[in-house]
Amino acid sequence: MDAILSLDWFLILTSLAKTLGIIFLIVLPMVSYTVYAERRVSALIQDRIGPNRVNMPISLLGFKKDLVLPLGGLGQPVADAVKFILKEDLTPAHVNKFYYWLAPCLAMVPAILTLAVIPFGSTFFGVPMVIANVNIGVLFVFAIASLGVYGIVIAGWSSNSKYPFLGSVRSSSQMISYELALGLSVVPIFLIIGKLNLSEIIQYQIRHGWLLFPFTAFFHSTWSELVHQLILWPWTIISFVVFTISIFAETNRLPFDLPEAETELVAGYHTEYSSMKFALFFLGEYAAMITGSSLIVVLFLGGWHFPGVPDGSQGWVWGLVNIAVFFGKVAALLFVFIWVRWTLPRFRYDQLMRLGWIWFFEIALVNIFITAGILAIFPN
Amino acid sequence: MAYTVPRPKLTFAEKIYLPSIISGLLITINHLRKMLRGQTHIAMQYPEEKWDTHLPEHYRGAPTLVKDEHDRERCVACQLCEFICPPRAITIKPGELPAESKFAKVEKFPKEFEIDMVRCIYCGLCEEVCPEQAIFLRKDYAIVGTSRAEMVHDKKKLYELGGVMDGLVFKWNEKK
Repeated sequence: MDAILSLDWFLILTSLAKTLGIIFLIVLPMVSYTVYAERRVSALIQDRIGPNRVNMPISLLGFKKDLVLPLGGLGQPVADAVKFILKEDLTPAHVNKFYYWLAPCLAMVPAILTLAVIPFGSTFFGVPMVIANVNIGVLFVFAIASLGVYGIVIAGWSSNSKYPFLGSVRSSSQMISYELALGLSVVPIFLIIGKLNLSEIIQYQIRHGWLLFPFTAFFHSTWSELVHQLILWPWTIISFVVFTISIFAETNRLPFDLPEAETELVAGYHTEYSSMKFALFFLGEYAAMITGSSLIVVLFLGGWHFPGVPDGSQGWVWGLVNIAVFFGKVAALLFVFIWVRWTLPRFRYDQLMRLGWIWFFEIALVNIFITAGILAIFPN
Repeated sequence: MAYTVPRPKLTFAEKIYLPSIISGLLITINHLRKMLRGQTHIAMQYPEEKWDTHLPEHYRGAPTLVKDEHDRERCVACQLCEFICPPRAITIKPGELPAESKFAKVEKFPKEFEIDMVRCIYCGLCEEVCPEQAIFLRKDYAIVGTSRAEMVHDKKKLYELGGVMDGLVFKWNEKK
């Protein structure tokens, strides 16, 4: 009894509230509306209109059409979800049942799990807006995010069919060649900041300016700090470019969508999947996009910080504003993801390997040494 | 003998991809901007917008039968349209006009006249071949039905769509 009472119930309950809140109120709706945004933006880029028919079921007095807002299409994700749930859930006879059922979960879970360490706001009524404020933040993200490949590999293998298998083999080799560049490209950031904790990385960026735009701290930093930031700026930009492109590869987005490659592999690793199991892969992919963008925002774009906006200790309104700023930045990055997808064609397989092993691995490695050298000459 | 395909020499800018990636991104974002500003010509949004007000003169819609100004059906059941119809959509059952009829000298009339709109290809050959100018392609294009049987236009439906067309051929009027 004492053991139960001595637990930190406040921490447990707030963590539970944060977990449920961020997953069900923010990330899952964001995932479904990213899918919608993907369809609308791709349509606009291709001079089409896109899904604009399914309206929001909004009613003023309970009648069918008493309130029609010009929100055409915003009901589309709801319709999609209903369709996925109602579709027949087919398990082909030739698959390995256990792994076939396991794979969609493995694709979905890591993408959501990485959100645990990402600080999505400052504080809200004194509660820090991060589910788990661990000191190994980024390492945790890399460790869990690379588990995502298991979902794809197991899906391809258990489907017992050649196209999913090819997709999953491609995916695993792609992951290996990009994870190195992904990990190495952020090492300069940790050399500069000296911390792995994502909240402290944001605190550093508030004091010294965002790593990608050091000018956000222009007015409250000394000249020597500014010069220091300016010397490091080109190298953080290189880090940013390599990291962002690696995130594209990590989340299987075009131009690196070789595991799915509709034109070559039917649908890649999820060819044999239907209804909600397919939807889990789909959700996992977009959730991975969101965690990837949040990671970019936290590491390079100052997280929830915006110049001139105070943090949550100044009142709960500012806490909310910080959360909105964070997800605004994430949404902007998601738009870039979509924009790039509908611009670039897919890389050929050998080009991808070349890019990963010959270019990004070396660039990231050299970048570490240059940053280390600069920091040795001009220490903080 | 092996033939080596000459590869174009790439400049440094082309080799590192980035300039062309950026120009590609600019192209797509310009398309998006023009769409948002409404400067792009987009396809007609069919159920809301329709062509009805400015259908071209030569538009070929559903084939229909017409009557003349004396309320006589123009069709004399010669079956030329039935024979020329490429998809064989037209079925005519000719019948003889009774002697006491006002138009008895026309001799024949269609007892049944059916056009299967599932088969019709709107080619207009029936209109072209008709010696009596009894069949016309009007401008109805939204021919719908929930069964195959519903898609077969019978005589009643054809006259409903066609209506009256006066003038044109007068030979039966003179022979009256």
